[in-house]
Amino acid sequence: MEKSASERITSALFVVIVSLFFLLPIAWLFLAPFDGQPTYRLKLSDPSLNNFREMSQNPYAYRSLLNSAIFSAGTGLVIILIGAPAAYVLSRVKFKGRDVFLYFLLLFSSVVSGSAAMVPLFLLALRFNILDTYHGVIFILAGGLLPAAIFILKDFTDSLPRSYEESAKIFGASSFRILKDIVAPVIRPGLAVIFVWAFVQSWGNFLIPFIIIRDINKQPAAVMMYSFYTEAGDAVIRTVAAFGLLYTIPVLLMYFYVNRKYGFRFYGGIKG
Amino acid sequence: MSTVNIKGITKVFPNGVRALDNLDLEIKDGEFFALLGPSGCGKTTLLRTLGGLESATDGHILIDGNDVTRTSAGDRNVAMVFQDYALYPHMNVKENIQYPLKIRKYPKDECERRVNMAAKALSIENLLDRKPGQISGGQQQRVAVARAMATTPNLYLFDEPLSNLDARLRLEARSFLKQLQRELGVTTILVTHDQSEALALADRMAVMELGKIRQVGSPVEFFHRPANLFVASFIGSTPMNLLEGVVQGKDLKIGEAKFALPAHVSKEVSTGAKIIMGVRPEYVSVSKSSGSGVFSGKVKITENLGTHYLVLIDADGNVVRGTVPDGSEPSIGEVIHFKPDPERTLFYDTKSGELI
Amino acid sequence: MVTEIKAGSRTDKSGNAVLRGGAASFFLSPATIIIIIFLVIPAFWTIYLGITNYRLTGFSAVDPEIIGLENFRRALSDPAFFNSLKVTFIFTIGSAILGQAVLGFFLAWILFGLSKRVRSTVEIIVIAAWMVPSSVVSFLWIAFLNGDVGTLNAILGSQTRWLIDYPLESIVVFNIWRGTAFSMLLFAAAVASIPKSHLEVARVAGASRGQQLRTIVLPAIRPYILTDILLITLWTFNDFGPYLITSGGPGQETELLAIFVYNNALRFLDFGYASSIAAIMLLINLILSLIVITTGKKRSQ
Repeated sequence: MEKSASERITSALFVVIVSLFFLLPIAWLFLAPFDGQPTYRLKLSDPSLNNFREMSQNPYAYRSLLNSAIFSAGTGLVIILIGAPAAYVLSRVKFKGRDVFLYFLLLFSSVVSGSAAMVPLFLLALRFNILDTYHGVIFILAGGLLPAAIFILKDFTDSLPRSYEESAKIFGASSFRILKDIVAPVIRPGLAVIFVWAFVQSWGNFLIPFIIIRDINKQPAAVMMYSFYTEAGDAVIRTVAAFGLLYTIPVLLMYFYVNRKYGFRFYGGIKG
Repeated sequence: MSTVNIKGITKVFPNGVRALDNLDLEIKDGEFFALLGPSGCGKTTLLRTLGGLESATDGHILIDGNDVTRTSAGDRNVAMVFQDYALYPHMNVKENIQYPLKIRKYPKDECERRVNMAAKALSIENLLDRKPGQISGGQQQRVAVARAMATTPNLYLFDEPLSNLDARLRLEARSFLKQLQRELGVTTILVTHDQSEALALADRMAVMELGKIRQVGSPVEFFHRPANLFVASFIGSTPMNLLEGVVQGKDLKIGEAKFALPAHVSKEVSTGAKIIMGVRPEYVSVSKSSGSGVFSGKVKITENLGTHYLVLIDADGNVVRGTVPDGSEPSIGEVIHFKPDPERTLFYDTKSGELI
Repeated sequence: MVTEIKAGSRTDKSGNAVLRGGAASFFLSPATIIIIIFLVIPAFWTIYLGITNYRLTGFSAVDPEIIGLENFRRALSDPAFFNSLKVTFIFTIGSAILGQAVLGFFLAWILFGLSKRVRSTVEIIVIAAWMVPSSVVSFLWIAFLNGDVGTLNAILGSQTRWLIDYPLESIVVFNIWRGTAFSMLLFAAAVASIPKSHLEVARVAGASRGQQLRTIVLPAIRPYILTDILLITLWTFNDFGPYLITSGGPGQETELLAIFVYNNALRFLDFGYASSIAAIMLLINLILSLIVITTGKKRSQ
């Protein structure tokens, strides 16, 4: 596309300024952990790995990262195992108002986010005895994410030609077999994207574990990170910096991996 | 042995559309049968109903004398080849062909034998470890057929198997398919909207319109004696001449031209009645003189069809198409006389559209 | 002789050839169960709790009574509630509608015309801001906005205590930074879906980039705009995230509704009142959704 010189300059300027805007706050995360005397200042004065050593001395640091992994992978798996078949059904079975229903469900889940329903969720967990448990958190997180996941997965299954299933049907395959042998492999990119999305959402989710988990041994990194810096004092910055970086890296890695392999895009369905 | 008997099949969709309307049809064992018609005529619905993907609202389907109307798709021992071939992209060719066998739990060596048999018949042995995305459209089509063949079904159902191929490939595939079916000898039903394809491939065929069968017969019958106006206008690469005229005694007057009516027709109609004369351009040739049984008019358009020309004349407001051999192309505006071959001329009732 | 054929005996009511009723229910039920238990029931329970005087301790914990609209009446005369409402609206309109959507769109639009390398690089940066976990990002902004040595002050050469003197503005900017990636991605898909020929016809006819934008691009992506606005408005309205930076303060200057609910519920342990606020939030969400959806329907007629 031809653009005038002034257009090109403004575009370039825009891109540079915006990039800096997004980059600067994050920059600290990649410098401070390696700084021997980390402060709020963006600097790298005394390169060392002391911060990581100090962080390791905290008994709950690594444990919380493991907890986060459990919550996130668990939620991701639940979403895929339960959401994919549901998306498949909703894609193939047309009932009156199906699309409106899906849209409504999506809105519903955006509306009833953790904040609006935190009291009942707490009481629910209390009553069902899943307070302070791994599966409690996983199911609550899954509940909130399922509508959006189904919405997006349905889009993937919509684009699967029906002839694939019909030919298998004529060969005598059961619905379950079709789902396993034909639908799932073909929509694998979609499953990967949704798994990563659910993983990342859960990895960073603060509110639900904050409300549900009491035992510090089960606390995920999201809450642990917060507790590290809500205690005042410079000493904490070391741990915060190192821990923050460790806590962030898995997510960035997952993003890069999925982006490289499948491209991170929300396929269609967004139009509504 | 696999004859197919369709008795009184009706299919009404939930939205009220009557896709199949009380159809009766009999397909003989080993026949290559074509279902032909425009989109929406119900041919694909009928095929899918035979395959078990749709259930009939009413009526019966018998394969080899067994009533399969309520049998589920997987148990009818039929194989279907879809328009888009439905090759599973994550499996290679061999796994694709093998898939139906795995579902039916054939032992490993039996699977191997069948896969090899099918691959050999379709000449795709060298493609076995490629993925569908790595082979051409023509090859994909063969893989789809091989997959159907591997299960040695009683009945093959083809849904527009050639329409995704480009023109040249289509003709090759056509001959290949015909030969294959002859060798296998298994009853095959093919759905197509391309009349030349149906005429070329089928032993017998049916033309459908809006859920009903308009005519059943061999390609020759269709070409020479279409039973009604719908079929007449549908069949034939060049459109049939369908001209309306008024009966005068034992003749039919179309514009200024007069044609003698055959005995069986003139006794059915009376003077003043309007009927339609049908004759293919291929059977309309140039006559040196004008007079009875001849259309005369100015040439409007000529089309070069290779071995001959299709010439369109205006005869008193009626458009008449005829053919002229290569080398005698008339010029535009020239007045020529077209004489339809009386042996090949048909007459239709204007109201019912049926042959008289 | 001839037995009656049951209509639709082998395809279900919708005419689907492959999935029978049994398999379909089996596939749907786990998702349905989880959604009902963990999403639907809590939603309605919130409303129910809102009309009780439920507390976690004391008499009302043992024997909560339905006190009707008492909680709602209390809210309507509670200046703290109105403050929270005000803060939330400023936050939502400022950071979501004016911020994320606009910035996201322009990013998508401008990047669309640039090379793939540039686009990928910038996208990665913007998405990183979205991906980094909230507790980390919150601290990063605490550092960034630090009054003494924070990066922002270092650049501007000032010593402003942003989080103390301009807390609401700070979290608005923070939220724009945080959430733009979603809108950017959505609009990138939107812009990519416009047939190239539409824009080329306009270019050949002499339209400037600005005109192309106004007359072709924006109308073409209207459904995307509406979907985006709807989703980010709801998400932002209900957002709890800024708690990790300001805890709702100083004082109550950044006490978003979600934080207000949290404070009443888990600090003051006044579940009934907190739920009534949450119920009001649900209602506002509903109204906002209706507004956006009907705006969408109206204009397309």
